[in-house]
Amino acid sequence: MADAPDTVKKVLEVTDLVTHYGPRLILKGVSMSVRDGEIMVIMGGSGSGKSTLLRHLMVLERKTSGTVRLLGEDIDKLSARELNDLRKKTGVAFQGGALFSSMTVGENIMLPLYEHTDLDPMTMEIMARMKLEVVNLAGFEHLMPSELSGGMIKRAAVARAIIMDPKVLFMDEPSAGLDPAVSSSLDDLILRLRDAMNMSIVVVTHELESAFKIADRITVLDKGEILFIGTVEELRAHPSERIQNLLNRRAEDDTIDPDEYLSRLTGDTTVGTATL
Amino acid sequence: MNYEVREEHGAVVVALEGDVDLESSPTARKVLLEAVKRKAPVFVDMSRVSYIDSSGVASLVEALQTARKAKTGFALASVSDAARRVLELARLDKVFTIHGSVLDALSQVKS
Repeated sequence: MADAPDTVKKVLEVTDLVTHYGPRLILKGVSMSVRDGEIMVIMGGSGSGKSTLLRHLMVLERKTSGTVRLLGEDIDKLSARELNDLRKKTGVAFQGGALFSSMTVGENIMLPLYEHTDLDPMTMEIMARMKLEVVNLAGFEHLMPSELSGGMIKRAAVARAIIMDPKVLFMDEPSAGLDPAVSSSLDDLILRLRDAMNMSIVVVTHELESAFKIADRITVLDKGEILFIGTVEELRAHPSERIQNLLNRRAEDDTIDPDEYLSRLTGDTTVGTATL
Repeated sequence: MNYEVREEHGAVVVALEGDVDLESSPTARKVLLEAVKRKAPVFVDMSRVSYIDSSGVASLVEALQTARKAKTGFALASVSDAARRVLELARLDKVFTIHGSVLDALSQVKS
């Protein structure tokens, strides 16, 4: 369960991360890291805080306390411009693809290049076609996003996310809503990106099969706390009932905290202990 | 990134050195396209390329296509494992002729 030893190069490091949405405590002092060139899968049930953690790793959220180091830089010590430069070294494939519907697939993929570089248009077009080749969408650059299937949209989103050869790639639920064959081919793509480009990839997913196939290590979150960090083999062998319930997809109805649940329903955190 | 362009045995050797990335690839593109205009076989010596990103590879692709249109040879030499993996990812290892070294490439011109 130990996190990466200090000697291992880390591209992301989160220490004692605490965050709230309004009065609600979401992450309760999370510490984890992502090593250079590894695929780190973040798992957890609904409301576990995994998507919130991902947004913090992408530096899209304001934290309450704690530190986030991205590619060796403490994000709190960076100017807005420095942070923007750092973000260029990362790529994001959002769950729904987030492609612009008014642009062709090719224009969507080239968008980061238009925004951040002065490359020749021919270079950009070749780069976009290369990335479409990588994600098995060769020849689709002239189509509109509305003409793509769900799996194709996910692939196009990956192509855009990797157009600038990021050091770190973030993927939010890449397999969600895909049939098993398409999901499996997307897993293969993730593995190829790591192997060919030594990319560090952070994947949030609730798909166990996918997680077990691609993960070098897995972080399991539960109720805003780290439950486990380790390899697939370590996770499978872990004695914790909570973890085994997660693996076996059993509902944990008996673990509801009535006070927390009441606060959540009413939006009132000042209720205190429910007593008669 | 540094570069050197020289003529050897009737071929043009473009030796790239350092990182060929978003910052330097426009220079690499210009050098490669100018080399192709010489109407002689072009060999790109990549033995001293420490890193090449997609923009650098795209410059190589454009130069190769320009050379094919001009019916002149264009090949890579001494490609590092890391660069080869980037080429393989987009299946470009099947598009480029890749020689083990510049000497190997030049020997084919001579023979």
